Amino acid sequence: MREAHHHEEHHDELPFWRHYIFSTDHKIIGIQYGLTALVFLFFGFCLMLLMRWQLAYPGKPLPIAFLTNLLGESRMPGGVMAPEFYNQLGAMHGTIMVFLGVVPLAVGAFGNYLVPLQVGAQDMAFPKLNMSSYWVYFIGGVVMLGSFFVSGGSAQSGWTSYPPLSVITPQSHSLFTGQSLWLTGMVFLITSSLLGSVNTITTIIQLRAKGLTWMRLPFFVWAQLVTGFLLLLAFPPLEAAGVMQLMDRMAGTSFFLPTGLVVGGKALNVSGGGSALLWQHLFWFLAHPEVYVLILPAMGIVAEVIANNTRKPLWGYKSLVYSVIFLGFMSFVVWAHHMFLTGMGTAINAFFQTTTMIISIPSIIILTALILSLWGGSIRFNVPMLFALAFLPMFGIGGLTGLPLGLASADIHLHDTYYVIGHFHYVVAPGTLFALFAGIYYWFPKVSGKQMNDFLGKLHFWGSLIFMNGIFMPMFIVGMAGVSRRLYDGGTSYLHAQNVLYLNKVMSHSAWGLAVIQCIFIVNFFWSLFAGRKVTSDNPWEATTLEWATPTPPPHGNFLKVPEVFRGPYEYSVPGAEKDFLPQNEPDKKPGDPNNRGKK
Amino acid sequence: MSTAIEIPYNSTERPDTGLYNAKLGVWLFLASEVMLFGALFSTYVLLRTGADTWENGAQIGLSIPLATINTLVLIISSVTMVMSWASLKTKNFGKYKSYMGVTILCGVIFLVIKGFEYAHKFENGIWPSTSTFMAIYFTMTGLHGLHVIGGMIVNTYLWGPGAKMWQTDPERFTNRIEVAGLYWHFVDLVWIFLFPTLYLLPGK
Amino acid sequence: MSDTHHEDVQSHVKTYIKVFVALAVGTLVTVLASNIHLGIVLGIIVALVIATVKGSLVAGFFMHLSAERKIIYWVLVLTAVFVVVMMGLIMFTRQDQQGRQQGIFAVPQGHVPAHPAE
Repeated sequence: MREAHHHEEHHDELPFWRHYIFSTDHKIIGIQYGLTALVFLFFGFCLMLLMRWQLAYPGKPLPIAFLTNLLGESRMPGGVMAPEFYNQLGAMHGTIMVFLGVVPLAVGAFGNYLVPLQVGAQDMAFPKLNMSSYWVYFIGGVVMLGSFFVSGGSAQSGWTSYPPLSVITPQSHSLFTGQSLWLTGMVFLITSSLLGSVNTITTIIQLRAKGLTWMRLPFFVWAQLVTGFLLLLAFPPLEAAGVMQLMDRMAGTSFFLPTGLVVGGKALNVSGGGSALLWQHLFWFLAHPEVYVLILPAMGIVAEVIANNTRKPLWGYKSLVYSVIFLGFMSFVVWAHHMFLTGMGTAINAFFQTTTMIISIPSIIILTALILSLWGGSIRFNVPMLFALAFLPMFGIGGLTGLPLGLASADIHLHDTYYVIGHFHYVVAPGTLFALFAGIYYWFPKVSGKQMNDFLGKLHFWGSLIFMNGIFMPMFIVGMAGVSRRLYDGGTSYLHAQNVLYLNKVMSHSAWGLAVIQCIFIVNFFWSLFAGRKVTSDNPWEATTLEWATPTPPPHGNFLKVPEVFRGPYEYSVPGAEKDFLPQNEPDKKPGDPNNRGKK
Repeated sequence: MSTAIEIPYNSTERPDTGLYNAKLGVWLFLASEVMLFGALFSTYVLLRTGADTWENGAQIGLSIPLATINTLVLIISSVTMVMSWASLKTKNFGKYKSYMGVTILCGVIFLVIKGFEYAHKFENGIWPSTSTFMAIYFTMTGLHGLHVIGGMIVNTYLWGPGAKMWQTDPERFTNRIEVAGLYWHFVDLVWIFLFPTLYLLPGK
Repeated sequence: MSDTHHEDVQSHVKTYIKVFVALAVGTLVTVLASNIHLGIVLGIIVALVIATVKGSLVAGFFMHLSAERKIIYWVLVLTAVFVVVMMGLIMFTRQDQQGRQQGIFAVPQGHVPAHPAE
């Protein structure tokens, strides 16, 4: 299947910069998103590795002279991390991981690359818009990174940027302060997400191939569709809030500054009359759906990998679809469960507790359906499948530990402790990231034409699994002991934390171990790209969905002939069929043939 | 397949959805805009109900006559926008040019009047930091003004260099005008709500 | 609406003119109404009702929402629901805080919540 070559000849007319830099091809843009996001993920991870030194050995100079010199006296006086720098690392770790790492990887990279392929389209509906959304994201990332170098350093009020703290730290009307640049960067990132989601939704609705009815869409496409709507409708309120906070900082308004605010013993010279709670409302109106933006594409990837590697249809495809739609809808009405500690009042707490308990139901349905899909399958334990399988219990732990946080009475004890950190990292780190790794290993052969090394992949998997749990499991214990999540010294100066302080070292060493393990992935990624085993088939995993019906790697325009779809997405091991998979685009044989199953 | 791939339903409607791509795209974008301005209006409602006193726009120097003229200017521009689309439907390109030209001109008039209003406030020492009301006033009208500018850029492109498409692909060009129109009407619609909210509502 | 005929467009144009007149009248009415002292609540209601009517005219006729495809309606209904949810629940927070002084979740007058023993 090398017909692709004569197609590529057509594209040699395009100069390099049009082909690889300002490309309108969704696959190139997807790869651009993917590589940029991986770099940001690694950078955000490195910020955390630095923080973990201060947490494990508070007040001790960092023994890596090179790094201390690089960071300079203002950030690391005498090699010891300055508290302000610690706060910067914390705020930027969260921001970078969520907005510059995981979302661009899950939605920008996987969504961009796979959605048009899986719906059988030649490209996204608006290719130029697609290119601009990547470059707007890139600018947002540069602004965020640049904020480290302005005087006073980057934003340091946490990734949530709660006012009044964020408005008065540092107090300056200049745009070139960490927090103002953070807000500017966010406006770029939000704009990028909006453009991207308009594109994804339009592509899914308008460009589905002939015969690809709604209930024949791969689950991954459903997940991306719902994610698209979440980005589209949840992000703008934060954009509005970001503009207002920028006004508060730069124009001296008081959207989020209440009357009578005293800073450092002096009354703040502002008109007042604002509401600090308003920021939290608008922030979490985005940031809760954002959790599902992180998790839904991951669920989609896991569903694809599981169906493929159990060699049987997904259990309860329809209930998965309805659950993901319901989940998306409900994610808009649970946000204030992040705000139980603000004293909102009992009635509104009761409302948000109820919706929070309701939203756990579709999550559990999805997880259950994925677990039941394993039953009776002839499972292939390859690297993508290992990551996908590990996603299930890891996400399960993340989800279940979230239940006590959804109940105000338990949340009051646990909120702002390490317990919360443990909870959402289980969802996003060994949860979403494992699913994204599964996706990378699974689709790498299609994108590059090479197989990733299996042994290195397994090493990467087992090492990551052990160290991830080494980092995040102790957080539950530390959190339940009551240690607050934002302490510069990791709790050393607190009596109640003394019994769990040793866990700080366990977590830090696990984090550094995880860093070493990720190097295996980086080596594997580049080694396989250049010297990996070439795939011999366009469909090496013997999968059913449309992306495998393209040449490898897919040319501009994707399909050699416009695909038509004849069956559902997961026709594996159909009884009586010649082979154990029936691709969606394979026409029916003669009437009465068992291969016709799935055709309505 | 040639180098330039042809995305289907750019100018024709997909049978099962009844839409061409850009129309769905722009409506999705407008949905997000509704959320953006919805958040700003929520801010207005929350801060107003939380305040002990609230100003009436006219009493603190906002000019109702100028704002009324501006409202009428935007309404006229909406009519000429939709007329420019209707002219293309009846294949009258010359009429399209004049209607679109008037639309752009109305945008300019709106911004000039808005500029006078802003300048007048600054001269009197009224800034966004003066009060919560003025913070909301400047933020909302400022964002709305940016939307007007954005719309004018698109309209000017479609009036000038973009109009060449009428020769090559008239149907797609007509669709572009419809889509640009949808956005322009939305900007008008936002102003229809901003006008009473900021200028007319009684204080407390 | 690519299949719209010449005559249809002509009738559309007539509608646009009518809508324009209605919008202009609405603008003048809302300005005049603001000069009559209706009181705060009634004043707000009158202004918002007129704005809603004007907005509906723009959306319904200029933006052709009076005859649009199903998917567009779905998207807009979803958006409207979320705007209402956002504004409603944010306001609910305010009501709830005030509700501690009055209303169904009120803390009884003179009742001081017990503090745990020091």
